Amino acid sequence: MRTPADHNVTIVGTYPHGYKFRGEFHTGEPSRPIKDEHGTMVGVTKPRRLVHVHSLGGEAPFFQGISENGRLLATVCRTPGCPGSGSIYLPFRIHCPDCLARMQVLDVTDKAIATAKVYTFIVTSRTGAFNTLETPIRFVDIQFPFACTFLKGYMVGAGAPAIGLRVVPVFRTEAPTYTIKDLAWVVEGTTAKDLPKGFAFASRTPFPGAEVLP
Amino acid sequence: MVTGGMSQFARAFPTRKTEELVVDAFVMMAEMLDMSPIELRSYVQAGFYGHFADHFGDQLLGEAAIHDRLGLDPLPGIGIKTGGATGGYNMWTAMMAVASGTVDCALAVGWERMDEVPTDEGNNYIACAADRDWETFLGHIYAGYYAPMATRYWETIAKKDPKFRETLAAIAVKHRGYACHNPFAHGAMKITVDDVLKSPVVADPIRALDCCLMSVGAAGVVFCDEATANEFHKRCPKMKPLRVWIGAGTHTLRVADRRDMEIPLLPHETPDLYKDRSERYPGFTCFLATRMASNQAYRMAGVMDPLDDFDIGELHDAFTISDLQSYEDCGFRPYGRGREFVESGDCYLVNPHTGKRGRLPTNLSGGLIGCMHAVGATGEMQVVEVALHLWGRHGEIHGDPKRWERFGKKKPDDWKDLQVPNARRGMAISHAGVGSHVTCTVLADPDHLYRKEVGA
Repeated sequence: MRTPADHNVTIVGTYPHGYKFRGEFHTGEPSRPIKDEHGTMVGVTKPRRLVHVHSLGGEAPFFQGISENGRLLATVCRTPGCPGSGSIYLPFRIHCPDCLARMQVLDVTDKAIATAKVYTFIVTSRTGAFNTLETPIRFVDIQFPFACTFLKGYMVGAGAPAIGLRVVPVFRTEAPTYTIKDLAWVVEGTTAKDLPKGFAFASRTPFPGAEVLP
Repeated sequence: MVTGGMSQFARAFPTRKTEELVVDAFVMMAEMLDMSPIELRSYVQAGFYGHFADHFGDQLLGEAAIHDRLGLDPLPGIGIKTGGATGGYNMWTAMMAVASGTVDCALAVGWERMDEVPTDEGNNYIACAADRDWETFLGHIYAGYYAPMATRYWETIAKKDPKFRETLAAIAVKHRGYACHNPFAHGAMKITVDDVLKSPVVADPIRALDCCLMSVGAAGVVFCDEATANEFHKRCPKMKPLRVWIGAGTHTLRVADRRDMEIPLLPHETPDLYKDRSERYPGFTCFLATRMASNQAYRMAGVMDPLDDFDIGELHDAFTISDLQSYEDCGFRPYGRGREFVESGDCYLVNPHTGKRGRLPTNLSGGLIGCMHAVGATGEMQVVEVALHLWGRHGEIHGDPKRWERFGKKKPDDWKDLQVPNARRGMAISHAGVGSHVTCTVLADPDHLYRKEVGA
């Protein structure tokens, strides 16, 4: 399959001015008949290739954090009087589910390094179309003592997942995918030389503008 | 509910369009009432349509096409989409239209077209019903979002008891086995627990035979107000209109977002029941949306104890683990003790330990594992299957050799009538995602309600 680069796809300009699609975002190919063994037509193929773009909106800092900054971001409700005030959300959530106020971005990298544990996990070799993770994949749901939610991810490096296993985040900051796949987890004690190509431990520089969870 | 109908279900119908399958279901609805399709259609005042994914059929606004092909223009029509609970929510919407007095008679029909892309692309489409930024990229397969629940349940509640894994496998054996007697089904298999445990791993601990089918087909029901229902009954006395209550619930799209909370109690439960529970609720082992939908439906209908009050049930067995989780959410057993529903023999038509009728037989259709999971039609299929028992017509419809023949199958020599004797009351769950949307449909023969009604 051709990549967006093959299609020469670019976005010209920056939001909000001059934001335009350029390139070959979609290509059609001729349809072909589908026939049964007697030569009777029963259907038709409908080939097409297309490139979607997707707005990350208020979640963009999280993805920039894992893909470029090597930092893990959460959000926290700071609304006085809100029943959820002080609750920390990871997955990063834009608005508080209780008061709907926009939440404060919180850099939780160091706290996650010190406390993250596997809450549940699976190992699978079956995937759907478009999967790029190497199989077998070790999916883990991570529990943080400071957050009221869990975070789904996957393990890289050595070691088998287990409930309660201490893990630390690593970031695909070299040739990132700009998706959740740029965040992975390794067993605590893993060394830098044992990380897969492209992955690194967290940067020491907090995410610009984010409050740091002590 | 005055009638219901289904098409045949299959992994693929390369020579049939979706509208042909929907028409099949509608024609069956008419035949159930000894009416022509034109006669039945003359009662319908609005169409309610559900298919899970536009991607699969490559058709936006497919509802308009189906509405037209059923000859229902220019009546009102609406499309409902809530993932795997599309069928349940579609019926919920139709029921509200009738209950509000907006229409006297509503058609609710669902379908899915899952055979026009290869299975791995189908898995990706289904995985698009997970959070596309935070989950879909992680494997592009939905079993990957259910299996962590199975792992958590297996380790923290079942304490890694190998017998528990066999209990899950027994669910698959039961549902594939019951499907052998259902001509509409396409997952019929005579298998053993060992076969399930040795089937290929999909996402450990879930194996291939623990998983639901990927299907094509259609199913639907007709809901009416009481006066219209009585008219139907007068015309077709063998079809006693059934009373219907539908409860609905939701919870976060991502399981990971579920905050710890107290367990909402069903009518027959007390807080003491869970005083020693240490596992988070709902965590990764329970479905709050199922609990909410059941609670709402039970309290509307007057269900006091589901095991005592229901004669038949259909649950959303997308995976064996979700079937077992639902026993607890629906109150067939307290949280943490779902396995007992299978191990006691309560869930079977004939309890294997006693040789007598099971206390609450479930998924005699074969469910999603044995019959079908044509997503948008699944909720309706399961309600139709329950209704066939309450009408006492399950054997007639499933045992008709001509139907087997029409579906290109031979009626098995060892075919069994799975009709639950004297079934009067039943329920069905319709469930989306990893519990994001759920409905609980409760049905009853109007002469055997759950509680005495004022003026009844």
